[in-house]
Amino acid sequence: MKTTQYIALPELCTHYRMEMSFFNGLRDYGLIEIISVEKTHCIHKDYIADLEKMIRLHKDLKLNFEGIDTVLNLLNKIDLLQKELNSTKNRLQRFEDL
Amino acid sequence: MSKDIKIRRFQTEAMAFIDYYKILGVDKSATEGEIKKAYRKLARKYHPDLNPNDREAELKFKQLNEANEVLSNPEFRKKYDKYGEHWKDGEAYEKARQQQQQSQRQYQRTSGFEGFGDGAEYSDFFESMFGGNFSGGNRGRHVKFRGQDFNAQLHLNLKDVYTTQKHVLTVNGKNIRLAIPAGVTNGQIIKIKGKGGKGVNGGPNGDLYIEFIIENNTAFKRDAANLYKTVDLDLYTAVLGGEITIETFNGKAKLKVKPHTQNGTQVKLRGQGFPKYKKENEYGDLYITYNVKLPNKLSSKEKTLFEELAKLQ
Repeated sequence: MKTTQYIALPELCTHYRMEMSFFNGLRDYGLIEIISVEKTHCIHKDYIADLEKMIRLHKDLKLNFEGIDTVLNLLNKIDLLQKELNSTKNRLQRFEDL
Repeated sequence: MSKDIKIRRFQTEAMAFIDYYKILGVDKSATEGEIKKAYRKLARKYHPDLNPNDREAELKFKQLNEANEVLSNPEFRKKYDKYGEHWKDGEAYEKARQQQQQSQRQYQRTSGFEGFGDGAEYSDFFESMFGGNFSGGNRGRHVKFRGQDFNAQLHLNLKDVYTTQKHVLTVNGKNIRLAIPAGVTNGQIIKIKGKGGKGVNGGPNGDLYIEFIIENNTAFKRDAANLYKTVDLDLYTAVLGGEITIETFNGKAKLKVKPHTQNGTQVKLRGQGFPKYKKENEYGDLYITYNVKLPNKLSSKEKTLFEELAKLQ
């Protein structure tokens, strides 16, 4: 396992000025995965973008964990619908100019 | 092949004067609580995370933040109310005056807010969330932030995406080598990790999202990996059967036409469609629809023969 791929939670707490309980809460709601690397709780760097989104939702919109979870689920749904819409639009082109 | 692509992000329009009260939908006598309430309500509506790929919402959210930064700070609000559109100059004037008066003392800023006239592209509040040149005084100079994500569109022709192509894209003056896999679809978005805005204070770079806009100037219609084409068929071949040569997407193919082929009949040419995205040597199918053409003009002999045929029915 490449340790450079993981960022220690205490470091994230400092960077984002967040309490450790916030990250634990996200984990409890299944929103992030925390793993232990050399006895330190870490998060994979690939999830940083998602994590930052959750922090923004929490800080800017005062959303609690339930709210963040709901928003993320709805955003995923929007993303799927957007893809479906795009695919449907591409299909419709078949019937244009007929 | 080199292409310039445009990044959809805020440019200098963010620096234009905006009526902060109007932006927040409150009047000039609004209390601090009313401003806070209005800001929160509108932030929930226009937050960029809740409005992905919506540039209007992004711009609106930035304006909201600027408005809130100024109006929720009694000192800035006072200046804004006093100087209006020129409040930044008023602030600069006051700063200069203060500096003159306190020439022996070191000037210390009491806030991280630096206004918008200092050449910064974003207010520091916005930067603190989306990256940029973080310059906040009391927000902490050593806080790392991920860079801003960039969104771009790349226009290609359908023929371009039949094969995997290597492009050199110029994004914000930097060249990015990109292999575009064959079979990419119109509207598809791919993420190029780490090619967005630069991270702040050693934070990771943002990502570059490229949306492909594929223009189809061919006689083929496309649905994912399948292609569709209408081919004219003369009456005699349709009735008696025969062989025709058609143009496929990348060449020609001979087709046997069965006798008594009806108008609108569809035939499938397996594996003659478009490449499947990221599946090497796998292709969709090509569907040919026959459009049986009746003769426009008949010679007298043809007419006689058709009449004889009609009598046989």
